[in-house]
Formats: sequence, structure tokens, C-alpha cells
Amino acid sequence: MSLQELASRLQEDFATGFIKAVEWRGELAVTVMRGRLHEIAQFLHDDPAMDFDYIVHVSSVDWPDDEERFEVVYEFYSIRKRHRIRLKTRVPESDCIVDSLTDLWKGADFMEREVYDMMGIRFRNHPDLRRILLPDDYTEGYPLRKDFPLRGKGWRDTFEFLDETAR
Amino acid sequence: MAFEDQRTTVYKLDPAHPGSETLPTLRSEELLLNMGPQHPATHGVLKVILELEGERLVKSTPVLGFLHRGVEKLAEDGTYHQFIPHTDRLDYVCAMYNNFAYCRAIEKLMNITLPDRAEYLRTIVAEVQRIIGHQFWLGTQALDIGAMTVFFYCFRDREILMDWFDELCGARLTTSWYRIGGVERDFTASLLDKLKQFLDYFPPKIDEYVVFLEKNRIWVGRTKGVAIISAEDAVSFGLSGPTLRGSGVDYDLRKAEPYSAYPKCEFSVPLGKNGDTYDRYWIRVQELYESVKIIRQCLEQMQEGPIMADVPSVTLPPKQRVFTNLESMIQQFKLFSQGFDAPPGEIYCGTEAHKGELGFYIVSTGGGKPYRLKIRAPSFIHMGAFDHMSRGYMISDAVTIFGTYDIVMGECDR
Repeated sequence: MSLQELASRLQEDFATGFIKAVEWRGELAVTVMRGRLHEIAQFLHDDPAMDFDYIVHVSSVDWPDDEERFEVVYEFYSIRKRHRIRLKTRVPESDCIVDSLTDLWKGADFMEREVYDMMGIRFRNHPDLRRILLPDDYTEGYPLRKDFPLRGKGWRDTFEFLDETAR
Repeated sequence: MAFEDQRTTVYKLDPAHPGSETLPTLRSEELLLNMGPQHPATHGVLKVILELEGERLVKSTPVLGFLHRGVEKLAEDGTYHQFIPHTDRLDYVCAMYNNFAYCRAIEKLMNITLPDRAEYLRTIVAEVQRIIGHQFWLGTQALDIGAMTVFFYCFRDREILMDWFDELCGARLTTSWYRIGGVERDFTASLLDKLKQFLDYFPPKIDEYVVFLEKNRIWVGRTKGVAIISAEDAVSFGLSGPTLRGSGVDYDLRKAEPYSAYPKCEFSVPLGKNGDTYDRYWIRVQELYESVKIIRQCLEQMQEGPIMADVPSVTLPPKQRVFTNLESMIQQFKLFSQGFDAPPGEIYCGTEAHKGELGFYIVSTGGGKPYRLKIRAPSFIHMGAFDHMSRGYMISDAVTIFGTYDIVMGECDR
């Protein structure tokens, strides 16, 4: 199944949930409505022509100027059919929660936890949604958001330096 | 009451038992045991909370992040070229392959094709790095479960290749030899000689490693039938590399999505049957032989030619020219201070490193810096399956199960 066929098949079956499909550098990226993400992912996982049995990564991108600020990115691969697809959905900051896909791909567990840890996007029905790389009691927000400063929070300037010459 | 907390109640008196004042009943709840963060078998800093019933593992919860350095955030602050040294520090045992995976991703983003010689050089060095990685795994994994001898033999031979790297790029571990669009420098005659000598020297040594392990009944007993994972589960967890192929799933990116000089070489992808630690060991040993084969073929096929793609807006000028030629110096200065202008878009590029699929997902909005860079680290994803794979095994097998993934925490925590 070529990438165009794959995209048009998705568009036919999920006319209401489908937003757009982009093909660039030989890769297909499909953006879907948040409400139907789980349904579409289930179709990709179960349908014999799709057969996306392998989860490659879960990622997230922050677009602070957009109305729907965060983008959750899933990438799937089919080991038997040898094709891959990128499934994306947008979430607004006020309600940043998407359905977890841990019931379809077991590997999504750790990957979604990382997205939660780094970007603060919550996953509905996730079995164990805790921080994973940062400590559990970390209170300074979500480091991969664009409003988290790239070069620290200026603590370094507030340190008191010992004046070696005044001894 | 002396014991108010349930967890500290070690013995309870059973009133029904005759003479119960003196006879305690054994407690039945699980025991929590922290393994790590400082433990020699975790290869870095990793803590696992083990729930034990007697000596059996009931549940294990990995606690990651002790080596988290925020590499993905750091990437957003530098140009594409400046990120190459950061990739060395991901999986510090196999820096070359990280460089390779990253450079391939950027080349896909910029749509650059490489000259033939550069592709061959890259493949040769990547396979040398795979040999180093597997030797390191073989030695330390056996050491973790008590077979010490093979460790010394593996490290003796690894040292030859480490010196070879030293001669190639001036560093043993943090190599940064790959460049976007090519490689930093060509092989010298002495490097070629040494590599050829090594290829003749090495295969009999692999047989030696095998004898040390497979004649060791304790080692075999501790790896056969330990940490079994079925093919369906391995795929569902997103495992990759030898850990996935040990369960008999034929997925190797070198064959599935051929890149670099791999399509021009003949090699086979060994597959396991039972999905246990022993099968994963067997695959890695077979891959050592395959790597030697690939390097031999590359050396035979390689022709003279340029080692860098000729795209001056992206690729660096040769170092000798930078010191003597003004235009080259300006080119180098501009590439490092401003970077090149990447087209807006997003790509994912996976590469078969010796641990598994090492991928980079890059979002660009134009300009010289990535907008978002995500690293798909095989070690991190393998740790996701740790709980599933360790349930029901003995506490001493926990070490074997760490070892079976070939995890490096620098890559896992990023």
C-alpha cells in the first residue's frame, strides 16, 4: 500500500476525524482530531491492511503562538508490511489531555510518561502516569515547553562569590 | 502496640496455635528492595525497586533519570553542527554510531546524498563500532553474572580498536568523527593496514570467547531460559536490535530500510528462537562475524574519491583549506556561528545501532537551529519492558535481565 493510498483510506474511513495528511521526504504525517485519536490508532493497529504493530516513538512539540498549543506525535511502523506513519493531534493548553494508547501498544507506557514529564500533556487511562526522568517532587514545570528558559533561570547570577583577594 | 505499621510487622502471633506465645508465623506480604542507584551491574546510575516474594520478583519499577542532562533541550540552543559532540555523550560506549544516526537524520532533512567513498568509510567505522559495542556487552554481561575470564579477553581485543579510533580521530570514546555530509578525515595507509591485520586476527578470537562462555555451565544455566519474551510482546513493547531479534522477529533497519553502503554488502541477519538471554547472546556473537564480513566487503569495493558531499551551504570545508584559504574560513565561521538554513518540515530517521533502533525526530521551522529534536533511545524503550520480563524470575536474575538489553544509562536518561 503506497503512502497516498494509506492516507486516502484513512480519509474515507474517518471523514470527521481527519484533518490533513502531509507527505514530505518520503514520510507520511497525518493530523487527526483529538477526540478520535484512539479510534484511528486502533484502526491502524488492528486492520490487516494497515497492521501497524510496532510503536517507534511518542513525542510532543510546543507551538506557543497557536490556539491549540501542543502537538502530540506518534510514529508507527509495520514490521510485516514495511511501512510507517506519523499520527499527530493537537491539544489546547487549558485542557491538555489525550487518550492513552497503552492498551494497543505496551511500549507506549514509558514513552507517554516521558511526554508527560517533559511537556506536561496528560494521558487518559494511562496505568501509571508519573514523572519518569525528572524527580517526582520536581515543581519547576515542564522543561521542553518553549517558555522554560533555555539557559537556566538566572540562579548563577545570584550566587555569592568568595572574594579571594580580601582575605 | 509495638507494631502499628503493617510493613514493619515481621512476626504475628497466631492465637490458635498451641504454644503460640513462643511460635511466630512467617509474614506473607512482599518485601521491597532497592537495587541501585549505585550498583555495579546497572552500568551507570539506575535504581530499580524490586518487590519480592521470597526470592521471586513479583514486580519491579525502574526509577530512571539519574543521568538526565536535558540533551533534547540543549539541542534547541545550538546549530545542527554543534549538536554532533552532544551525541557522543548519549551512548558513550558507541559514540560513532550516535554520530552516524544524527548525521543521517540531518542529511535526510537537508536532502543531501553522499559520495560513494564517504558512505563506505562510514559503514566501515560503524561496523568497527558495532564490534566494540558487542565486545563490551559480551565482557560486562558475563562479568555481571560471575564469568570473569571472558571480560579480559574482550577488553584486550577492544583495546586494539580503541587505539585505532585514537589514531583515526584523536579520541577513544567521544569521537565526533562523522560530519553532516561526510566524514572528518580519510583513512591513512597505516589505519588501513591495522584494520586489515585486525580482520585476520579477530575471527579466531570470537571462537575463543564462545568457548569461554558456552563451556561454562554456570553461565549457560543463568542465561538459558532467563528473561523470555514472546515475539508479540517484544514487538508491542517496541524493542529493537538483538533484543527484538532474539525473539525471532526479522527487523533490522540495515535490511528493512537500507542505508549507506549496506545494500552493496552481503550479510545475514541472525535470528533467535526462544527469546531468552542466551539467544540474544548468540545473535550478538553472530553479528561479530557478520561485521567482519561487512568490513571486508567494504574495503574491497571502496574506490578513491571525495569524502564530503559538495554542498557548500551545508557541509564544512576541508580543515587544511580553512587555515590557508579565506573563503573556506568564512564558510566554516558562518556554518558554526549561524548554521545553515534548514527547510521547514519534520523528519524521522532511524538507524540500526548495535543496541537497537536509534532514531532522531527533528522538527525544523527554518533557520539554523532545530525547533524540536527528539531522540528515540533504544535503552529507554527497553527499560519499559523490564517489569514484564523480570516477573517470576529469581532476584539474582535481575542482573542478567539488565545485561540482556545492553543498556547504557547515558542514552536511556539523555
